[in-house]
Amino acid sequence: MSDWAIRVEDVSKRYFLGAAEKAPTTFVEAVGGLFAAPWRRFRELSQAEAVDREFWALRHVSFEVREGDVIGIVGHNGAGKSTLLKILSRITEPTTGTIRLRGRVASLLEVGTGFHPELTGRENIYLNGSILGMTRREIAAKFDAIVDFSGVETFLDTPFKRYSSGMGVRLAFAVAAHLDPEILIVDEVLAVGDAQFQKKCLGKMSEVAGSGRTVLFVSHNLSAVENFCTRGMLLRQGELILDGSSGDIVDRYLAEIHRDSTSGAELPPVRGVRLRVETVGEAGPIKPGEPMRFHLELKTETPLHEASVAIGIDDSRGQRLTTLFTFQQMQQSWEIPRQATLEARWNAVNLAPGSYSLNVTLYDGLTLKAHWERAAVMSIVDGDYFGTGRMPDPHVHGSQLTRVDWTVESE
Amino acid sequence: MNHPSAELPSSASTASPRPEILIRPKAGWQAIDLGELWRFRELLYFLVWRDMKVRYKQTVLGATWAVLQPLALMLVFWIFFGKLGGLEDKSALPYPLLIFPALLPWMFFANSVSQGGSSLVNSAHLISKVYFPRLLIPLSSLGAPLVDLLISFLVLLMMLGGYLLAGEPSVSVGASLVWLPLFLAGTFVATLGVATLFSALTIAYRDFRHLLAFAVQIWFFVTPVSYPLSIIPEKWRLVYALNPMTGMVVGFRGALTGEAIPWDLAAVSAASSALFFYVGVKYFRRIERRFADII
Repeated sequence: MSDWAIRVEDVSKRYFLGAAEKAPTTFVEAVGGLFAAPWRRFRELSQAEAVDREFWALRHVSFEVREGDVIGIVGHNGAGKSTLLKILSRITEPTTGTIRLRGRVASLLEVGTGFHPELTGRENIYLNGSILGMTRREIAAKFDAIVDFSGVETFLDTPFKRYSSGMGVRLAFAVAAHLDPEILIVDEVLAVGDAQFQKKCLGKMSEVAGSGRTVLFVSHNLSAVENFCTRGMLLRQGELILDGSSGDIVDRYLAEIHRDSTSGAELPPVRGVRLRVETVGEAGPIKPGEPMRFHLELKTETPLHEASVAIGIDDSRGQRLTTLFTFQQMQQSWEIPRQATLEARWNAVNLAPGSYSLNVTLYDGLTLKAHWERAAVMSIVDGDYFGTGRMPDPHVHGSQLTRVDWTVESE
Repeated sequence: MNHPSAELPSSASTASPRPEILIRPKAGWQAIDLGELWRFRELLYFLVWRDMKVRYKQTVLGATWAVLQPLALMLVFWIFFGKLGGLEDKSALPYPLLIFPALLPWMFFANSVSQGGSSLVNSAHLISKVYFPRLLIPLSSLGAPLVDLLISFLVLLMMLGGYLLAGEPSVSVGASLVWLPLFLAGTFVATLGVATLFSALTIAYRDFRHLLAFAVQIWFFVTPVSYPLSIIPEKWRLVYALNPMTGMVVGFRGALTGEAIPWDLAAVSAASSALFFYVGVKYFRRIERRFADII
């Protein structure tokens, strides 16, 4: 009965990796490039490097969204979720394919876009509302509701720079929550503010989802996807691999997490060094509180004399959590004539469930020999770390789990 | 091939009254989508409003700055170029009246180009998160300088009134004022063209960020703001007028003080303004679709 609202046909998006080498970013480079071009072209042709440097963030994605569908998009970091939303929001252009959107579109890739620190809360409501696509009249009509929702009325005439980060986020979300589009595109903006405000946000989200609007929602919060969404889509390496009920999608995604976290493929060589990284949970999937191992295999074309290796662990936002660095943690470095296998055992993982990326750096003496950004993704599934059956939300409580002994005295 | 980024359904081909947006890869040169700019006019208003608000926050003098800057510059030029440099003798007009009417369009140009040139890079956070016609960004950076221009214009009128009351013979405010809107429009077109060009170049090649301030300074000296046109040798004047601001500045001065307007020069500058506008906007539209990827 309902009509389509979004139609995506065969959309692909290509990025060039190492763009600094290919496309000049300064004019001097461009001019210099003119002279170097014949040489570079020769090198590319002779080594066929050109193909390696392009990266397809999305490949042949097609789907149709009906009016009133609430769709959750899940996938690992780098699966193409954000690229898809950026294309749907018209921020970047697809390399091939067409998209049709029917209805007023609002996209929220972040809360508080365009907020200016020097302006007051009141002024920022108008500015941000306008940036998100509201008319001045609309903003004026909803102004009281926005202020009410945010709960910052006493600070309305205070410059935004004096707001606490919590207040700022609340005001920003309040503006976003009063958008009234027919199609809403949202990128992981739910997990903001304190617990009470989050509850309010989730309430607003389910209200929007239940109001017959078309919603496209990217999230790592699988329970939110299961609760709000009527349909789900799973992306992997730029491809849409499953389009189905949100429950099915979440199950399949969890299964993928499990599989991906135990397998490691050999990475393309960096400066003559090949690397394979594997993360293995000793009892199946990696769970908080349980033991796991990092398994690294290095093959080098030129011998290394004083090798040391660092594994950086980053959370899903790219924040460095910790670094396992042999130089700091072992007394000696070692020689690697051709290849080496390293193993690091972690007795009790103290990271919250989620996916983490591993960045590996290889040093020879004091010089950096090779670096692999996102050499592997480590996924940690739900586990009962504290023995209470309750787990923290990494977006709110942080990714590190710390067990302490509590004593409470009360009277 | 030209595909506008968002096209409305051409006819009643769909039963739905809802706007339909088509997204697909675009290639080559893009025309300006005036309809879309018009639909986003309120955002333009808010962007200018933001710039104006932010500019005078936590300042004591506030909008008085708009007047103080050209007045102070005028004084400095009067003393150093006019008196000490002897340029005063080469001008038929009283030196302040030579400079001030020229400073208004010049400062509009210089401020807009400096702001506009780095405007896209400074708005990276907006460009990577929200869609709107990107042309609004350099366009909005002309807003605040335009308001400054209007404010200083009031001061200029007072100055002119003062000279007229004192019976200055070289000044005749009258019929030539009808040309003023023409030169104002020309200044706007040239400024928008140059600002747009610089903003897009700055995104593609960050070198232009460094070049910008420098270019504006040099541009000042090849524009007859602080000196009369008469010191430029006759045979070079048409070449000199390839600088779009030459004709506009001379025209402004002429329209306001009754000094004869050299129309051949004005025509060359007008053509050059149009060219800058065309090239600036075309180049901008051409690389616009890559902004979010390279910013």
